[in-house]
This record gives sequence, structure tokens and C-alpha cells, in this order.
Amino acid sequence: MTIRRILVANRGEIAVRVIRTAKALGIETVLAVSEADRESLGARLADRTLCIGPPRPGESYLKVETIVHAAAASGCDAIHPGYGFLSERAELARLAEQEDIIFIGPTARQIEAVGDKLRARREAEAAKVPVVPGGAVTDMAEAKALAGQIGVPLLIKAVGGGGGRGMKLVQRLEDLSATANLAAAEAEAAFGDARLYLERYVTHGRHIEVQVLGDGAGRVIHLGERDCSVQRRYQKLIEETPAPGLDETMRERIRAAAVRYAERLQYRGAGTVEFLYDVDRAEFYFLEMNARIQVEHPVTEEVTGIDLVAEQIAIAQGDGLRLEQSDITIQGAAIECRINAEDPARDFAPSPGRITRADWPEGKGIRVDTHIVEGAMVPPYYDSLMAKIIAYGSDRAEAMARLRDAMGQARVEGVATNLRFLADVLADAEFIKGGVDTGYMARFMDRAPKEKA
Amino acid sequence: MSLTAKDVAEIMRLLEDSHFDRLVLEMDGVKLELERGSTGQRRAPARLAREDAAPAPPEEPARKPKPAAKAREDGLLDVKSPLLGTYYRAPKPGEPPFVEVGDMVEEDTVIGIVEVMKLMNSVRAGVAGEIVEILAPNGELVEHGEVLMRVRPKA
Repeated sequence: MTIRRILVANRGEIAVRVIRTAKALGIETVLAVSEADRESLGARLADRTLCIGPPRPGESYLKVETIVHAAAASGCDAIHPGYGFLSERAELARLAEQEDIIFIGPTARQIEAVGDKLRARREAEAAKVPVVPGGAVTDMAEAKALAGQIGVPLLIKAVGGGGGRGMKLVQRLEDLSATANLAAAEAEAAFGDARLYLERYVTHGRHIEVQVLGDGAGRVIHLGERDCSVQRRYQKLIEETPAPGLDETMRERIRAAAVRYAERLQYRGAGTVEFLYDVDRAEFYFLEMNARIQVEHPVTEEVTGIDLVAEQIAIAQGDGLRLEQSDITIQGAAIECRINAEDPARDFAPSPGRITRADWPEGKGIRVDTHIVEGAMVPPYYDSLMAKIIAYGSDRAEAMARLRDAMGQARVEGVATNLRFLADVLADAEFIKGGVDTGYMARFMDRAPKEKA
Repeated sequence: MSLTAKDVAEIMRLLEDSHFDRLVLEMDGVKLELERGSTGQRRAPARLAREDAAPAPPEEPARKPKPAAKAREDGLLDVKSPLLGTYYRAPKPGEPPFVEVGDMVEEDTVIGIVEVMKLMNSVRAGVAGEIVEILAPNGELVEHGEVLMRVRPKA
């Protein structure tokens, strides 16, 4: 079935992004907007806009039934969920299917499979994809045996705990007994459950993820990896591909593991398999799979020349996977910066408001995905992402040089932004060298002169 | 198979022509409850709930964000749809509409139904006065905040 009209169930830059590809494919778009987004760039670009509710996401963008009704009643044959909001809610995929509307994404069952942490880990083990070594132990003999396999450093967690409570780090195996005894006693006292869980501790980890496409019948290809280790409090700020300084054999092993995982699920559409790369041990572990298009997908598009949204649509309408693995060639390097309406001087507090000036950079190898133009509103109800500035180069050094230049050209007024902050990161020797771990951002902020407001 | 809006309308008509007052139909995880004679009542006239989906409260969505009525230059007030859905002027197909131009309404007068995925939400006027214009066509999709009708406030 050929998709002729898509309901875009999202906002911001990703709504604009999806509409752009739909237009290029000759597909009409209906954009579901909240009251706060009636005047957004996406609303201007879409063929039709439907107001689905008040600004709060719970009363608009998160209303499954309203979204499906809006799609059905406006003659849409498909729904694109973007990222965030309802993109990984099995309920939307299921309800759309019941109404004969194509959900541009994986099946409801696949969303459920990857959304459940324990199940996702079991699937990884079944697909022979490494997970962080660890397990529950009931006595000291078991603890010692397992610790011997895991190696140090390792974490001792209370089975009954959660959210990091009752965690203890063991740096030397000879400390295991004492620490485990203490942990068990504390766990007993705190949770009434003395059982312990031992897990390998990764001192220096890199966040490396692999973009995959699946036909839903068991065939999966990868489009290379992305390194998203520059994170502040688990929020990604800068992403790039290829992952710098990674041994080629390791790179291939990580990519192959991602493909195996998605193959096992008979994954349909675009997805991302996330790994933690253990720098000191030179090993990698499965973290989770994201069953959606991701914020940082443009860097992959830049080095492969493939429009991921177009492939999502093709797979969704039953064209299957139009590409073979051998069709994918990764050329050059691409880096993305996320420009947020937030104030680095005030602990990155969100800075909503009216944009009085928005000059986005242009130039060779520069791409800007944004919904922010002069006069646009950054409402306080949603995340603060305003734009993604992406630079492509024949190698990482060229991409970096272009990105630094582009960041210098960007001017946004009316709200506080992290433009300067990111420009400083791009000028930092450790980042320039490449291959930083997830602890990098904290180190950078410690040594950077405190922002003068 | 699942019920379409057309199926529901057909079932409603069958119930109407029968001597029964109430019908409960369950199939494939879909539950349809129909009741005769609920015109203008507080309960939704027809309710189709999916058991696997989080059921939306039948009245709440229509009642909570009160239709915002705004005075315009001509002194008329807008009665807006409190939610996105398909607008119905009458409680059932073939029945007279809830209200007509020239009718007087009170704030809690039901002026129509907005259906979201077969869940019927009654819409109240939210203002008191005389209906001077009905803008939204029957059976069409209306947006959240779309003006359904215009009312001249009571003097």
C-alpha cells in the first residue's frame, strides 16, 4: 500500500524533518499540534494542521486516541511518531493498526520487547550479544566465584534496592568479602532482603550506538555507529560518526552485534542499538534498543547519503528493505551539536521565550535541522531543543573545522542558549583529540572557567 | 475485525427500531454499550470502550476544559469544541439535533457530541443565550478549540 498522507504526531524540529522528506516523496502531511504550536514552522509547512489539545503534552501530544482519531478523520493512511512523546508506545502502534492506519515504526510487540529492560537483556543474551557481566548471588562462595568471572572493579547492589541505593564499589578482589558482608547487612536492614547483585563496573565508558534498518522479516542492515559520549546528566550534547579512535575489528564487532540483536527481533523499520564500550577492558555491552528515529540520526545520513525517514516510510508501506548491506558505504565524518534554549550560567535551566533573532549557519557540509525562525516561540511545556547543527567533512578534522566555523556564525536572540558552551567544547583539546568517555563532560565543566553571566 | 463508526451508527439504528432499551455488545476485546433515551442526559449516549486501551472517562474530557467562550466585536460568544474529534449535532443519526439556531441555551445545555475513537463526549454550551449561528458541519472532524456555534448572550 502506498502511503499518500501522513499524520505527523510530533512537534519541533523532527516534525519539520519528517514533513521535508514527505514533501520530497510527494506525500501530503497533516500535523497534529497543541495550542502552543499552532504558529510553529511545522504548522506552516504541513498541508494541514489539526489542533489536538492544550499545550501540556498529557492533554495533546500524548493522547493516543486523539492522535489516531485525527489521523483517521483527516484521511491519513499513516502516522509518523517522530521521537519522544508516543514514539515508543505500543498502544499507538496497536490502535493505529486496528484502524488500518500504518504506524511508521516497529510492531507493537517489538516496542514492548525492547521497552522491558529484563526482556531486552534476555533477548541480547539469546542473540549472543554481550551484556554487562553480573548476576544475583545468595552466599559468599557464590559471590566469590562470580566476582572471579566478572573481575574488578565491580559493583555490589542490593537486589531489593533500586535507583542506585545501597550500591558499593569493589576495587580489589580481596575486599570482596568485607564489602559484600557489609552490603548484605545493610540490604537486610534497609529492604528486608539480604540478596546481592554483582555487576561489572565500567570506569571509563563510551556510549556507542548502531543505526539499523530491518525489513520486519528478519533481514537487518546497519548504517554504522554513532558516538554519543558527550553527555551532561545523561543528556546527549554532541554526537558523531564514525566513533573516533575505535579499533576497526572492534567497530565491526559492535556493528555485527547490533545486527544480530535486531535480526533476532525480526525488527521492522529504523532503530538504534545502544552499547556501553568499556575503554579499559576494550569490551562492549548491550544497553538497550531504541525503537524509533533518533535525534542524532542526521550524522548517519550525512556519511551514508541515505534519508532514514524515507527508508522508514518505504518499509512501513511494504516496499521492504530496499538496501543491501553492500549498498551502505560510510564516507567521511559528521558531527552534530544540539542547540538548546537553556542557560549554562544557571545550571542549564530551560530558557523558554520568543525568538527575536535566528541566524543559522550555512556553508559547505553544513546542515541545520530546526524549527526555530525569527518570531518563533520556545514554549515552556516541551524539551528545549531548538536546532541541530551538523557538519560533514571528508574526515573528522574537516568536519570539526566546519562545525566550529558554523557555530561561530549562529546567532540566536530572545532566549539563552548553549551555543557558546558547545563552541567551547569544540575548542577543547580533549574533545578535539577524540574518543572521550561519558565522564568527559563533568571533567570539562570542572576545568572550564565558570561561565560569567 | 473491529467496529467502524458506520457499524456503530447501524447498530444504534437497529436498537432504535427494536423494543429493547439497552444493548451491550462484546467482540474482539471491544465493548459497545448503547442505551435508549439518554438525550441530554449526563451520561454519554453511546460508549465504545477498548479493553486493552486506557479508557478515557466518558464525560471528563468534554467537561474539564470548559468550552472557552469569548466575546467578539459583535457581542457574540463563541462556543468552542473542547477537544478534537468528530462532531455530531444529534444524539443519534436521524434524530433531531440537540439545538437549532434560535434556541436558548444555558451553560450546561448539551449542544452536541464530539466522538473520539468511538467514545462519545457530550459538549455543553458553557454560556447562556440564544444560538445565532451553527458553524461546524455534522459528522465532520473538528479541532480542539474550533468554534462550533455562536451565541448571543442573555441580556
